[in-house]
Amino acid sequence: MTALDFTPAPGAAPFPRMVLAQAGAEIRAMLRNGEQLLLTLIIPVLLLVGFSLAPLIDVGGGRRIDFLAPGVLALAVMSTAFTGQAIATGFERRYGVLKRLGATPLSRAGLMLAKTAAVVAVEGIQVVLIVAAALALGWRPQGSFLGAGLLIVLGTAAFSGLGLLMAGTLRAEATLAAANLVYLVLLGAGGVIFPLSKFPAGMRPVLELLPISALTGGLRSVLAQGAALPLGPLAVLAAWAVLSLALVSRTFRWE
Amino acid sequence: MPHLRPGPRGIVPKLVPMESPAVEIVDLVKRYGGATALDGLALRAERGAVTAVLGPNGAGKTTTVEICEGFRTADSGTVKVLGLAPQRPELRPRVGVMLQAGGVPPAMRCGEWLRLVARFYARPLDAQALLVRLGLADHARTPYRRLSGGQQQRLSLAAAVIGRPELVFLDEPTAGLDPQARHACWELVGELRGAGVAVVLTTHHMDEAERLADHVVIIDRGRVVAEGTPASLTGAERQLRFRARPGLALEELLNALPAGSAAKESPAGHYIIEGLVGPELLATVTAWCAAEGVTADDLRIERRTLEDVFLELTGRELR
Repeated sequence: MTALDFTPAPGAAPFPRMVLAQAGAEIRAMLRNGEQLLLTLIIPVLLLVGFSLAPLIDVGGGRRIDFLAPGVLALAVMSTAFTGQAIATGFERRYGVLKRLGATPLSRAGLMLAKTAAVVAVEGIQVVLIVAAALALGWRPQGSFLGAGLLIVLGTAAFSGLGLLMAGTLRAEATLAAANLVYLVLLGAGGVIFPLSKFPAGMRPVLELLPISALTGGLRSVLAQGAALPLGPLAVLAAWAVLSLALVSRTFRWE
Repeated sequence: MPHLRPGPRGIVPKLVPMESPAVEIVDLVKRYGGATALDGLALRAERGAVTAVLGPNGAGKTTTVEICEGFRTADSGTVKVLGLAPQRPELRPRVGVMLQAGGVPPAMRCGEWLRLVARFYARPLDAQALLVRLGLADHARTPYRRLSGGQQQRLSLAAAVIGRPELVFLDEPTAGLDPQARHACWELVGELRGAGVAVVLTTHHMDEAERLADHVVIIDRGRVVAEGTPASLTGAERQLRFRARPGLALEELLNALPAGSAAKESPAGHYIIEGLVGPELLATVTAWCAAEGVTADDLRIERRTLEDVFLELTGRELR
């Protein structure tokens, strides 16, 4: 039998080490989960390849790949920051994982930072794969990568806020159902693959206020049309982020 | 005068005034909707000792422990953990927690979880050694959801102690464990106590409390109904017990017994004689049996068990 010295020697690890450890665990959990990989990597890449090769949609002039690549990038951000994070966090809450972590020296702020870091890391993998596939399909991006990066950051904040809002208030099963439903609705109605110009004119102003439309529209105006900083979409995303994260901080239940 | 307990390798814990106990609860009240879960509960758990909180289901054990862990807030009353309010973040590294169930992501591997928790602490125990110690080394790569109930319990126990806390809360640590695992858990609790760790555990296993605890607190309907060392609760009094056919008339026996004795049949066919249990009482009882023409089966003299005390205090009806 191994001798273990249980003499008390309490102490918290340095904050960065705790956050990195938790972020690593979250990344491994995301990459290990088959459904999550389907949602975050396989579906976006399949949509990109499928719709750019087959003339199934009318993108209204221009090359299909130039229209699709920014939309699929936006979809990838939504799938990780919103759908994946909502479902994973909802079940962590249900299984008492959030509660148990609350009894460790990792603070709630540290846990949220770790979750954000994990989402950003997975988004990095998605961006690399989607950009590589799109370039192979003949995509010629232009414009400011800084602007695109800023859009992705604000989009991540907005979608994380919405995902955590669901995960922190609904039952885990309800979060699972609702997060998938919202994903499908926003995929169809957010200009990801079907241009907003195909919707009735009366609906367009409303659809343009959706976070997914702001992210696809913003990325498209930067990467396809070479805009520097699309202020409208940035403002819409910032508003969603502020609103949803403020609600999260008031309503999130850890148990 | 602050008391310093020198740790290994020259690690000296922060100045800890010994006058603040591990847990001190006064007049704790907690209501859920209209139901009163805790109704003026008072409890004190000393440092370096094992305190067992006993009680039937729904007595308020878990609510009490979860208030101490900072998961729930009291409606009124004072709770101090290591001298501090339970929500204080500086308590997190000092207090180890084992939840009654769950707390681990189902897909997380057993060893992965323990190593993750270890990384939240400055001077953790070696995760591998702890896995070996608790018989989990062969399951280090098994996802949590594929572990047996007993293995899941042991992993939770390991995670509660890996940060080398001063105080651990164990909520029903041996529920669902087989006898081997129960004994391993008991041994670990004994080692923690030997190392100066305060342990507060809830249980409804009397033998567990009797065996492990320095101090037993019996709670029922949100109040403390008895407390003390296991020996003081069971008392020095002994009983004489035997089995015979049901319905024997005990009046004559009572007349023959010294004053202050008591005799009862509970349940039918089981007789318990209380009083000054000695050679005379024994002779009186056997003489009476002979006169009644019955043979006393399983005749034995024993102390009250904690279970007797518990059932006396909390009643026999099912909840």
